[in-house]
Amino acid sequence: MRTILYIIQKEFLQVFRNKSMLPIIFVVPIVQLIILVNAATYEMKHIRVSVVDLDLSGTSRKLISKFQGSPFYQIQNTSFSYREAEDEMKRGNADMILQIQDGFEKKLLTEGRAKIQFVINAINGQSAGLINAYSTMILLDYNREMLFENSTPAMMAGIKSIQTDYSYWYNPKLNYKTYMVPGILVLLITIIALLLSGMNIVREKEIGTIEQINVTPINKIQFIAGKLTPFWIIALFELAFGLSIGKLLFNIPMEGSLWLIFLSASVYLFVILSFGLLISTITQTQQQSMLVSFFFMVVFILMSGLFTSIESMPLWAQNLDRLNPLMYFIKIMRMVLLKGSGFADISRYFWSLVIYACCIVSLAIWRYRKVA
Amino acid sequence: MKRFRGFVIKEFYHIFRDYRTLLILFGMPAIQLMLFGYVLTNEIKDAKIAICDPSKDVVTRKISDKILSSGYFILERNLSTVAEIEPVFRQGDVKLALVYEPGFAGKLEKTGMARIQIIGDASDPNTANMLVNYASGIISNYLASANSGKAPLQIIPEVRMMYNGELKGVYMFIPGLMAMLLMLISALMTSLSITKEKEMGTMELLLVSPIRPSQIIIGKVFPYVFLAFIDACIILVLGNLIFGMPILGSIFLLLLESFLYICMALSLGILISTITNSQQVAMLLSLVALMLPTILLSGFIFPVENMPMILQVFCHIMPPKYYITIIKSIMLQGNGIEYVWRETIILAGFTAFFLALSIKKFNIRLA
Repeated sequence: MRTILYIIQKEFLQVFRNKSMLPIIFVVPIVQLIILVNAATYEMKHIRVSVVDLDLSGTSRKLISKFQGSPFYQIQNTSFSYREAEDEMKRGNADMILQIQDGFEKKLLTEGRAKIQFVINAINGQSAGLINAYSTMILLDYNREMLFENSTPAMMAGIKSIQTDYSYWYNPKLNYKTYMVPGILVLLITIIALLLSGMNIVREKEIGTIEQINVTPINKIQFIAGKLTPFWIIALFELAFGLSIGKLLFNIPMEGSLWLIFLSASVYLFVILSFGLLISTITQTQQQSMLVSFFFMVVFILMSGLFTSIESMPLWAQNLDRLNPLMYFIKIMRMVLLKGSGFADISRYFWSLVIYACCIVSLAIWRYRKVA
Repeated sequence: MKRFRGFVIKEFYHIFRDYRTLLILFGMPAIQLMLFGYVLTNEIKDAKIAICDPSKDVVTRKISDKILSSGYFILERNLSTVAEIEPVFRQGDVKLALVYEPGFAGKLEKTGMARIQIIGDASDPNTANMLVNYASGIISNYLASANSGKAPLQIIPEVRMMYNGELKGVYMFIPGLMAMLLMLISALMTSLSITKEKEMGTMELLLVSPIRPSQIIIGKVFPYVFLAFIDACIILVLGNLIFGMPILGSIFLLLLESFLYICMALSLGILISTITNSQQVAMLLSLVALMLPTILLSGFIFPVENMPMILQVFCHIMPPKYYITIIKSIMLQGNGIEYVWRETIILAGFTAFFLALSIKKFNIRLA
């Protein structure tokens, strides 16, 4: 036991002596948390519209002012030629062109229906879908208002309507930040833990100090425990720090028990640290170890459901995702923090992490050899 | 010149001997392309819903059928009371609950009006928003077909999606992936390779050799220009062949801009290596300070226009943003240099700035 304590002490000394490591470990993630959480939003705010109104009638003007009045839209410019509007879009100054043909109002009143055009810049398919949905919604609203102003009860007879009420539980204002904070926290502690542990033993190999440790009476388990504990403590501390920042700055809800969060986090970090250790036993240089960790990290992060939902992945990918520790922990964090799920609700994910941890740590210990 | 060539050859040996690194450098673009192309979508498909239908009449059944046959939803559970929604949501599978009011068809017939409540699990606000929109869209469609021909004064929107008619995600991720991987190879790998010489002590040997410091630096980055270029070509070719990513503009211009971006990233890598002494610090610095912003602040995943004002300012000092804008403009809109000259000048400016700074910081003497 004393031996382990000495190794831990040595590792802590090494981390804290390195003047540029400390800010990287503590300050950068917090700055990133603040920046990234604000950046990660799918909400559309300022949709820039280029208007081509060739009709210039009362109806078309009212419709345009409807768009102008919406907080989501911003009329960028008005012109009388479609070509000009399209050029604006090419330059990247407009997201959408709203075109109203000549004779729109007349056609609407005489034939009972008329068309207008939405031309949407769809390079970002998802935004384009949202712009389309918002615009159609505004148009439908306007249409309904117009209908009530201009029609008689006789015209309305026989028309049925279904009123749909929406409610959004756990996050009634659809605040995307509260969803992102737990996920990005997981991301940050993962990066720190995986990189620190992944590069640690390789560094000793590269510098040559591993030889000195190999000739000491420290055995495998002591060595690994001594190596991992400091990072485990640093990462847990960072999680606590990040959670407080999340609470103070973003006011994220903490519905469930924090004990549950930290219990799962300890198991999760165990998985990640052992994974880093495993990487450092199979690589020779820090550059290699970094690339291998980076590679796995990118795959894990992208498939973790942080940015895209797991449910929309194909089935084979969802099955493959069972091997992704990030997926389990992000689920746990979100469920416990946002919905207040208890141990029974998350037990499936929790035990998966425990099994994962056991497998990977035995693999790492087995792979680690006390020979250079 | 001969000395310089010898030095470059040494660097190539270093790289090619390390087959693990090479494997990852060339395997990464391919695997990431596959991931983005086949796995990561935000499309809603087979989202699990729960339905609470106390009236169970013809109309509610028809609406439920419509919703379930849309391909977006599958029925996970039938609920008998509203109180069951909470525990079902907590377990985490069901994303949406649909509640009909009792006596639905009767009310619709008599008063011309009936109510449906749609409840989304908004702990994932994005998905919840989309699901609620889809569900209410299906209900409106049902209503429109039930009322067809009776409503006067209809304005019909005609929607045209420019540049990307099928709303493919590939148009977003290929430019982003290029920006990310080129940055990784160029900035990260060079900074590591230079700090490695420092850490191992071999930098000293290089500095006392007759090779000039500028030759050392150029010789160091040269192989990575080459590797980065190959990676860029792999992405472009695979993207074009497998995912149908078009290249409407000039390929020559595209490669030229990519070259400029690679130079920018390399000079950034050099800058990082001049201010750090250990690989660990260089790596964490490039990874934490470069990679995440490259992914998140460049418009790769989240559009820049939606971010808060202060962050948009940040985005404007992120070089990848300009590169992504340029290649999207060239590949998808077929624009020429007259549309992207401003971004090109900015990228060139970044390169000059980083280079000047690293020359100023470069120390021929080691501590």
